[in-house]
Amino acid sequence: MSNLIFETSRQGRRCVILPGSQMHGDNLYEEFIRESALKLPEVAEIDIVRHYIGLSRKAHGVDNGFYPLGSCTMKYNPRLNEDTASLSGFAHIHPLQPEYTVNGALKALWHLQSSLCEVTGMDAFTVQPAAGAHGEFTGMLLINAYHQSRKDVARTQVIVPDSAHGTNPASAAMAGYEVISVKSNAKGGVDIDELRSLVSEKTAALMLTNPNTLGLFDENIKEIAQIVHEAGGLLYYDGANLNAIMGLSRPGDMGFDVVHLNLHKTFSTPHGGGGPGSGPVGVKKILEPFLPNGTVIKNNEELTIKKDAETTIGRMRSFYGNFLTNIRALTYILSLGRDGLKEASMNAVLNANYMMEKLNDLYTVAYPGTCMHEFVVSMEKEKHEYNVSAKDVSKALLDVGIHPPTMYFPQIVHEALMIEPNETESKETLDFAIQTFRDIYHTALTNGQALRDAPLTTPVKRVDDVLAARSPILIYKKPE
Amino acid sequence: MAQYVPNTKSEQLKMLEEIGKTWNDLLSPIPVGVRLNRELDLPPGISEFEVMAKMASYAKENKVFSTVLRGAGSYRHLIPSVVRHLSSREEFVTAYTPYQAEFSQGILQSIFEYQTMICQLTGMDASNASVYDGASAVAEAVNMTVDKKRRRALLSANLDPQSIMTVQTYTQHLPIDVEIIPSKNGRLDLEWLKNNLSEDLACVVIQHPNYFGILEDTQAISDVVHSSKAKMIVSVNPISLAVFKEPHAYGADIAVGEAQPLGLNIAFGGPYLGFMATTNEMVRKLPGRIVGQTLDLDGKRAFVLTLQAREQHIRREKASSSLCSNQAHCALTAAMYLTSMGPQGLKDVASQCFHKAHFLQKQLSALNFKLKYDQPFFHEFVTSTPVHTDKIVRHLEENDILAGLPLGDHTMLWCVTEAVSEREIHAVLRLLEEVSK
Repeated sequence: MSNLIFETSRQGRRCVILPGSQMHGDNLYEEFIRESALKLPEVAEIDIVRHYIGLSRKAHGVDNGFYPLGSCTMKYNPRLNEDTASLSGFAHIHPLQPEYTVNGALKALWHLQSSLCEVTGMDAFTVQPAAGAHGEFTGMLLINAYHQSRKDVARTQVIVPDSAHGTNPASAAMAGYEVISVKSNAKGGVDIDELRSLVSEKTAALMLTNPNTLGLFDENIKEIAQIVHEAGGLLYYDGANLNAIMGLSRPGDMGFDVVHLNLHKTFSTPHGGGGPGSGPVGVKKILEPFLPNGTVIKNNEELTIKKDAETTIGRMRSFYGNFLTNIRALTYILSLGRDGLKEASMNAVLNANYMMEKLNDLYTVAYPGTCMHEFVVSMEKEKHEYNVSAKDVSKALLDVGIHPPTMYFPQIVHEALMIEPNETESKETLDFAIQTFRDIYHTALTNGQALRDAPLTTPVKRVDDVLAARSPILIYKKPE
Repeated sequence: MAQYVPNTKSEQLKMLEEIGKTWNDLLSPIPVGVRLNRELDLPPGISEFEVMAKMASYAKENKVFSTVLRGAGSYRHLIPSVVRHLSSREEFVTAYTPYQAEFSQGILQSIFEYQTMICQLTGMDASNASVYDGASAVAEAVNMTVDKKRRRALLSANLDPQSIMTVQTYTQHLPIDVEIIPSKNGRLDLEWLKNNLSEDLACVVIQHPNYFGILEDTQAISDVVHSSKAKMIVSVNPISLAVFKEPHAYGADIAVGEAQPLGLNIAFGGPYLGFMATTNEMVRKLPGRIVGQTLDLDGKRAFVLTLQAREQHIRREKASSSLCSNQAHCALTAAMYLTSMGPQGLKDVASQCFHKAHFLQKQLSALNFKLKYDQPFFHEFVTSTPVHTDKIVRHLEENDILAGLPLGDHTMLWCVTEAVSEREIHAVLRLLEEVSK
């Protein structure tokens, strides 16, 4: 067991010493002075270094090994991106500097926005949203602003497929919408007949991920778009799975009016243990006037930052978004170019189909057929017959150093494992993973207990999450 | 071009052959009608060296000031080398949200320690794993306090204008009425607040120190807010908490803020770090990820994402927020910063900010830059300027100094942190004397 930094702390130890200053401005105002002790850790530099290096060895990133976490696109994060984001001219500029002193930053953001427009087939982008869910919320507000600007105020419903990410309905609800769920059909796509029965003069939008969370491209996409548009609604594209279609197909051409992207997925910016990400939002011309303040725009051929506009939805956060994350994404786009982006998507699709075809004699693929960048298998049968669950398979993978797939999602597949290998993995890595999945499957049939006991080699064994939620301990308290 | 696909063309063909498919088969699910029948209109890929040259040319078009006297929501502080080095450890950088606890104890423990440090600073009981930034933290906090009976939120006019706009944006289609509490001589108008309480008041939001750097009368505000059983939300600068009273001490129900000052670069506004801390009573209303301590099968201490019943992936449209990913790596960096500073180091930072800002203010006063509000302040203050602010900005810029933020033709918001040396402060004073003549 490794110590918490608070347990390593020793009274009086110091690490960083500031430059001295004798400058005296005034006496601290007595009525505001903190009376309680400030209990931060007190450690030497070597203590901090050993502590965090120790923690880093108990974490697993893409650099450590295969990470086929479905819908999260855990592709390799190029080192070059880190170098460009560290350039002083990006890292050390103040967001409120005069605009004429940050021309390069505005040009870089415009370059990114224009490139994203071309990749998605949209007309304008904002890079302010900080993450995918933030982008969804932004998109819903844009759609609401559009309908209101046309005095089309009876549109109170947003339709979301039952296979959608949980953020979709939550974002729609935050924008004041009633959420209506539409079923999936036998092929994993939107049930067209049900969609027809759900759209009405109340429909504000349909939110769709395509390819969807099953890794399937919806063959009826044109018809879906037509149904929603004819009812007067707009189409929202959740870009979580754009990695499957760069250079092959564009949401704008499919009929989508608003898209969000996850730069930390498709455009190779690191996930950082849960963020910062970046969730830019692209729109068709009709929605452009409503983009948030803080967006880089072109005004008479001059780049500037949108401020205090009359038709805006407002702003989603301070300043202009996760700037350094956006710099990394631009670096990636420049590196790959039109040929590289397409090659990335094609190989993401190849790697997923390769794994699926080599596993589908053992594992039950939820919706068979050619998949795009990911596929979903179900352990429902094995759970019944051998008492081996999706979670057991996942925990067994930990023992061979593979990060498990996304578990128990999408919710429409029981005992789901969602596998997204992505394009930056080699054939031999895939072959090793395939063999491991196959071995685990055989163990499931012969010695299920071994899987239920896994993992054995990780720093801790299975953790008790029920206990954590029942009696929450959310901070360290020094024993009395 | 840069190449991150490891498989060669012939390996790709071999894989296709092994599964008995062609490229056309793989792309067949995309209906012909929505295929892109041309190449993307982007340049072809280029080598990493050419990309670096291109990006460096953009970076070069930005002016990096050697002295920064501008804050207003983004603060340049000294960042220790150990923070930069440790935070760039690849396991921290390239991991995702720690869904698999057994594989992610390092990430989970680092978040648990971050949550603890946020509570040590604020005095609150619980913290989440972070949100996007300080402005969105304020908006999320407002949402936490609203229920069917209490739907009115009062925001101090002295909040960062970006926080006000973010709250207004977040709540525009929700049944929440947002009103602004007027400002009186740079501070919240307490009389106005007393006269505008109501039974449906959900929360009062203040910033402390406020946008103009001024310390609010937090205890008096807290007493008034709680007399109507509403919640008090305070947005604080975490550095100031090393010397000034923590939110818990004056009864805040939710403490939020922008934690960029804790070891993050100013970076043209992001990535930054929103923190949120609250009482045990309200913890189940906190949005976002939360890490808790538990045991593993062997009874060993372990950490795990917890209280997930609050979150969108379970509650879908019934969740109070769609928040999913956070700013984990920024939170990690902030925890490293706080650890490297320790209590004494952080007090030194806060104290130098205070003294250097007050020194500059007094000297400026002698140059006819008059303090606009005669109120206690931390490290930012507003003055009138004897000449047009444009002239001041230009003159300082010629000397590699970023002036305070112009709030009008003859009003400026100044900020001094420990990163500004005594020598630089004296140089600034000389230049301002020149320009005011």
